Amino acid sequence: MSNYTEDQLAKDLESQEYKFGFTSNFESDKAPKGLNEDIIRFISAKKEEPEWLLNHRLEAFAVWKSLVEPEWAHVQYTKPDFQDITYYAAPKQSKKYESWDDVDPEMKETMKKLGISLDEQQRLTGTNVAVDFVMDSVSVATSFKAKLNELGIIFCSFSEAVQDHPELVRAHMGTVVPTTDNFYAALNSAVFTDGSFCYIPKGVRCPMELSTYFRINEGGTGQFERTLVVADEGSYVSYLEGCTAPQRDENQLHAAVVELIAKDGAEIKYSTVQNWYPGDKDGKGGIFNFVTKRGICGTNSKISWTQVETGSAVTWKYPSCILKGDNSIGEFYSVAVTNNYQQADTGTKMIHLGKNTKSTIISKGISAGKSHNSYRGLVQIHKNASNARNFSQCDSLLMTDECGAHTFPYIECKNSSAKIEHEATTSKIGEDQIFYCKQRGISEEKAIGLIVNGYCKEVLNQLPMEFAVEAQKLLSISLEGSVG
Amino acid sequence: MIKIENLHARVEEKEILKGLNLTVNAGEIHAIMGPNGAGKSTLASVLAGREDFEVTEGSVDFDGEDLLEMDTEERAREGLFLAFQYPVEIPGVSNVNFLRTAINEIREHKGEDPISAKDFMAMVREKSALVELDAKLASRSVNEGFSGGEKKRNEIFQMAMLNPKLSILDETDSGLDIDALRIVANGVNKLKTKNNATIVITHYQRLLDYIVPDFVHVLFDGKIVKTGGKELALELEEKGYDWIKEELAAAH
Repeated sequence: MSNYTEDQLAKDLESQEYKFGFTSNFESDKAPKGLNEDIIRFISAKKEEPEWLLNHRLEAFAVWKSLVEPEWAHVQYTKPDFQDITYYAAPKQSKKYESWDDVDPEMKETMKKLGISLDEQQRLTGTNVAVDFVMDSVSVATSFKAKLNELGIIFCSFSEAVQDHPELVRAHMGTVVPTTDNFYAALNSAVFTDGSFCYIPKGVRCPMELSTYFRINEGGTGQFERTLVVADEGSYVSYLEGCTAPQRDENQLHAAVVELIAKDGAEIKYSTVQNWYPGDKDGKGGIFNFVTKRGICGTNSKISWTQVETGSAVTWKYPSCILKGDNSIGEFYSVAVTNNYQQADTGTKMIHLGKNTKSTIISKGISAGKSHNSYRGLVQIHKNASNARNFSQCDSLLMTDECGAHTFPYIECKNSSAKIEHEATTSKIGEDQIFYCKQRGISEEKAIGLIVNGYCKEVLNQLPMEFAVEAQKLLSISLEGSVG
Repeated sequence: MIKIENLHARVEEKEILKGLNLTVNAGEIHAIMGPNGAGKSTLASVLAGREDFEVTEGSVDFDGEDLLEMDTEERAREGLFLAFQYPVEIPGVSNVNFLRTAINEIREHKGEDPISAKDFMAMVREKSALVELDAKLASRSVNEGFSGGEKKRNEIFQMAMLNPKLSILDETDSGLDIDALRIVANGVNKLKTKNNATIVITHYQRLLDYIVPDFVHVLFDGKIVKTGGKELALELEEKGYDWIKEELAAAH
């Protein structure tokens, strides 16, 4: 009789190879390694940026030099050598692609391996998802532009936005995450190469999910994306971001900045599925993911963050909401899976400034192997935020005896009319549940998949349908090969 | 259907089954009764393949196959079903998703294609009516927030959906009021065919008013010590188990 136990599952998980570990052979147009003003000028010149943006970068660089890398997170890693990183790499291409037929076959192949070819996207989604790929640092394809154009929606790479809509970029960039915000945000502000920009005009409901797939492709190239989503008054947008990365020996740094601006009466739904290379079973290699994500809400507006995090060696990420306008709503739904030696310190900040503001936090952590999974959250009620409400629920599921789950909830309340609720549970995956499934004919592997997906259901339900399918796939990939 | 010979099993260091013999043929219903601690639930767990129990001696032939060599899920796929005494809750996993996964695993095992959504839903409607299970419960999370009676009815609903060869009902009557008991029993009776068999494990005779057994066995101290017809159940109800113990003592 097979004696498949959680210990064995843990072992299987450890030995599971990273599914998307391959690289494609593009020639790169690379900057020399290192970081200084010349490099920043090089990036800015390469991207043919206006003077104000170069100055913005240089200011951010000056700020960054004055800051030290934060150490308060519950993670341990060797700090990157910032002078040993290439800050700019662009796939060589003679022209921008006009249609998918023109796209480099090898690039298509890469996307196919990732399971995100446009064909599949179109089939999966009924052509309802506009995809903007960020291949290394330069966007190579943007689709559905015409359809969005009709509605006045702008969805393009950040570089294009700088060229085509400089006034919009200049008015909003850095207003939610200032260059002085933190070490990684300052670094990003100085050296960001590309990313996505999205603007939804007043009263427009974006009719499709906007989707961007990021992929780190050049060995040793740090990626510094910049995403800016502006939803003008009374508008709505659902934005999807998904990430995978190829296998690497050295650690790769990723320090993105995402800014969301929901003006009065607007709603932004921002969903992320993240599956960057987590390092091998000994904890070697893997992506460092130090991300600053924040949104600001006007009156009667809403920002909802949903994330499914399965990758990266080290994750440092706190998608947050500043509930500035009265009656605004902030939501954070998160599944974070850690395995082997992965470390995640993730959570959210809900800053209640306006009256009658509401926030909901649902965090589900799953720890396997020898990993550490921490929830860190701040709920802050300012003194003018009367009748503020918060509900937080932080659940941890342990797969082995060697992993760790930690919860660091912070609450600061300066208004006595606030109502704050916090619930937390920690549980180990149940032998009884697994036996029950097996007695019905379900294999151990499928049983664990079912149980884990069930555990994450509240979060997965928040994802748009087509993304939820992908997220479930990812969760089962994390558990793949679990039957010996 | 199933032939158990000289079965010995223990949990940790404690021997619980001490040479149990039982043969069940297709088309039969067998009741196993006995006092607390006799090994009734252990027998159910051992047959289902729970790993806490170690079989130290004996054999179990299930439809020509060596049951003890099979994994838990393989036994299930070959048609062995256990209605749990304490059904397990699986939060966030809907009953229908759970059952569809199970059915497709069984079909795959038999080399069949997955069931279509249409056929599956038709089956859910038909089988849930059988145990008067509210269709809403079918879409709720597995056993989560179900009352005791709903959980037991859900077990029989699952049994109906999976259409097993051999069903083992482990104290399915415990915690049921008389109405729920009747519903559960009706479900079991309707599922009876000449090709399947049922082992009903129970502490009380009550259930056997509704599910009429072909044979009643008394399990005591890890062995079947007495076998009779349904009248044996009535006798046990009337006199308790002490007279069996006395009979046994006298025989020694």
